[in-house]
Amino acid sequence: MKQKLLTAVTAAALAAGPAMADLKIVDTSYRTGPYAANGIPFSDGYQDYFTLLNERDGGIGGEMINLVECETGYNTEKGVECYESTKGDESLVYQPLSTGITYQLIPKASADGIPLHTMGYGRTSAKNGEVFKWVFNYPANYWDGASHAVTHILNENDGDISDKTIALVYHNSAYGKEPIRTLEKLSEKHGYDLSLLAVDHPGQEQTSQWLRIRREKPDYVIMWGWGVMNQVAIQEAVNIRFPMENFIGIWWSGSENDVKAAGERADGYKALTFHNLGSDYPVYDDIQEYVVDAGLAAGAGDQIGSVLYNRGMYAAMLAAEAVKTAQEIHGVSTITPEQMRDGMENLEITEEKMAAIGLPNFGPEFTVTCENHGGNGLGAVSQWDAEAGKFELITDYYQSDQEILQELVKEDSMAFAEENDIELRCN
Amino acid sequence: MFYREAGDFKTSYEADSQTFPIKFDRYRYYAVLLIGFAMVPFIINDYWVNAVFLPFLIYSIAAIGLNILVGYCGQVSLGTGGFMAVGAYACYKFMTGLDIWLMQDGEWVRYALPEINIFFSVILAGVVTAAVGVLFGLPSLRIKGFYLAVATLAAQFFLVWLFNKWSWTYNYSASGQISAPERTIMGVPVTGAETAPWAAYLFCLVFLTLSALIARNLTRGMAGRKWMAIRDMDIAAEIIGVNPLKAKLSAFAVSSFFVGISGALFFAVYLGAVEVGEAFGINKSFLVLFMVIIGGLGSIFGSFAGAAFLVLLPVLLKNTLVGGLGWPTDLAAHLEFIIVGGLIVTFLVAEPHGLAQLWRVAKEKLRLWPFPH
Repeated sequence: MKQKLLTAVTAAALAAGPAMADLKIVDTSYRTGPYAANGIPFSDGYQDYFTLLNERDGGIGGEMINLVECETGYNTEKGVECYESTKGDESLVYQPLSTGITYQLIPKASADGIPLHTMGYGRTSAKNGEVFKWVFNYPANYWDGASHAVTHILNENDGDISDKTIALVYHNSAYGKEPIRTLEKLSEKHGYDLSLLAVDHPGQEQTSQWLRIRREKPDYVIMWGWGVMNQVAIQEAVNIRFPMENFIGIWWSGSENDVKAAGERADGYKALTFHNLGSDYPVYDDIQEYVVDAGLAAGAGDQIGSVLYNRGMYAAMLAAEAVKTAQEIHGVSTITPEQMRDGMENLEITEEKMAAIGLPNFGPEFTVTCENHGGNGLGAVSQWDAEAGKFELITDYYQSDQEILQELVKEDSMAFAEENDIELRCN
Repeated sequence: MFYREAGDFKTSYEADSQTFPIKFDRYRYYAVLLIGFAMVPFIINDYWVNAVFLPFLIYSIAAIGLNILVGYCGQVSLGTGGFMAVGAYACYKFMTGLDIWLMQDGEWVRYALPEINIFFSVILAGVVTAAVGVLFGLPSLRIKGFYLAVATLAAQFFLVWLFNKWSWTYNYSASGQISAPERTIMGVPVTGAETAPWAAYLFCLVFLTLSALIARNLTRGMAGRKWMAIRDMDIAAEIIGVNPLKAKLSAFAVSSFFVGISGALFFAVYLGAVEVGEAFGINKSFLVLFMVIIGGLGSIFGSFAGAAFLVLLPVLLKNTLVGGLGWPTDLAAHLEFIIVGGLIVTFLVAEPHGLAQLWRVAKEKLRLWPFPH
């Protein structure tokens, strides 16, 4: 055993000396396991965008980006290993793409002084920058999503849903439980009935949940799923002939992988999103030219233009813009994680900026401030068109119910601050 | 030549029946303790602690616990993940101040114990888990083998369900996660984000050393002999006067105690925040069972060896393939499954009694060396 330990020690010590980075960005991806179908396109998009910046512009502000990938398999233990093995050498930002790993990293990254960007996932109350100095979840979070779904249902029913029933099918984890409190609050306000149906990890077995839906006939079903759970749920909904236009998934339940398996009858399924879809943007020409044609595409290169690829690219774009902002603020090109945090906190995404990058009208405009790390909570609804084989936006961006959400964010973040003796910032 | 009894005179029964009767063995053991306690803490960093040492130490405790039940007493259990969860949640409740709700004048009133020091929280977590283990060990009095495995599997699923459902266990947090706040021992934080690597390491090492000592001495005393009698043939054991009720339930209690401690450390010191389905699912039960089987049933050393094999090998492979050779991460992850799986099969074919047996054979060879006959 000692021998084995020693061998492990030497081998890992040899391996743990990475090359000095210019701008080190870590991609904690998952290309294996039950969530791989969703992890792969996101990671491809995230990496391809940085590759594009390196190839086309020579990095950001003249500094090349050193992208380090680490496989987590959506597993928190591996996530910790990944974080510890990559956090050295001034890693600028982490995008764990897992709510479980995010919960783990919030205290660790805060202690190490490395910013976390949990785009549309993670701990919702991290929106309160007064408490969570190092965590950002712009442009939208789960509670925004829950409110978006309810608002959409309200709009469809001329503002009165007091006689409706809404069922929430959720992944039985911190991720899936996030929207419950919001939906309960909104139910008090709008008077609908809420029923909760938990699906255990990884979500391949949902017969009983859908049997209940078939029996209770809720008017709407909202889903908080991820990975294989999405495909199974949509297939089950098709099987019980649930009207697909009344089935709304969170943005993590709305990619092509999730609906294609169910075939034609998945047509009409709705999913929320906080950015635009499709590949009809100038930046894709550049990706084709500098990344794909040069043979540098991440993964198999077959995900370009899919919903989650776009989301990964959007995440990378926001990170790159934050780097630029940080470089401007501090007047240096090689920034530290601390400076990156300043860049993220002063990030401003405007239409002109997005158009200049080659992503006109791709996402909502938003501004990050010291108090608000979560953006303005704008989102839209997309719908699956099975014939065309793509999701399309069917609404404009609209804001979530800030009146209710701000109170919830305040309550939850203050509880965290008290538990952990955190002094409020921004005053 | 140097590894033998000759010349190592014992003048008392105590000396003769000590754990390491051979002088060389004994000094090696002292050396390991010395290195573990006095040298490693000075040279480790965050990565070593969080990726290598903590999982190794904590899984070793779990493997020791399960080995008592499966290896020594012959009761197959697939509930380890669930019992670890009991340890984790019990520890969480004790370290944050156990709250009790009593009905008074038609209203629920909250009473709370003061927060208990983390060291004692972990031990109390072990005690609670022992009680739960005894409860789920009751079927073992009537059923055996695979059927018992299925019964303990029920414990696994029930406990995970319980900790998802019963919001009191996670202090009513919205996400259902439990996260360990900072707790200190004599002013040194051992849980929370500010924990120094050496503090977390030493804290777990102390528990591992104590667990191994207790387990070792239990298994070679009367309790252990009773367990082994039950394992080898329960009817014969009963005839020679071993009470199967006491023997089996005590094995469940002791085993669950250690498993509970490992679960508490796993949550509080290693991960810091867990959700029950992900951290303590059925995979965990199998992982610990594999550690015990690969390490060697009925051997304390085997528990260490099995934990080391299944914790360190994936990390080592990952660092070699991705860090050393620069392979794509997904390819490396898949290859890791193949290699670890292949090695498990190879090991079990070559040595069904596990790594501990290899070590025993090596010791036997050393004794004869250099004159094998």
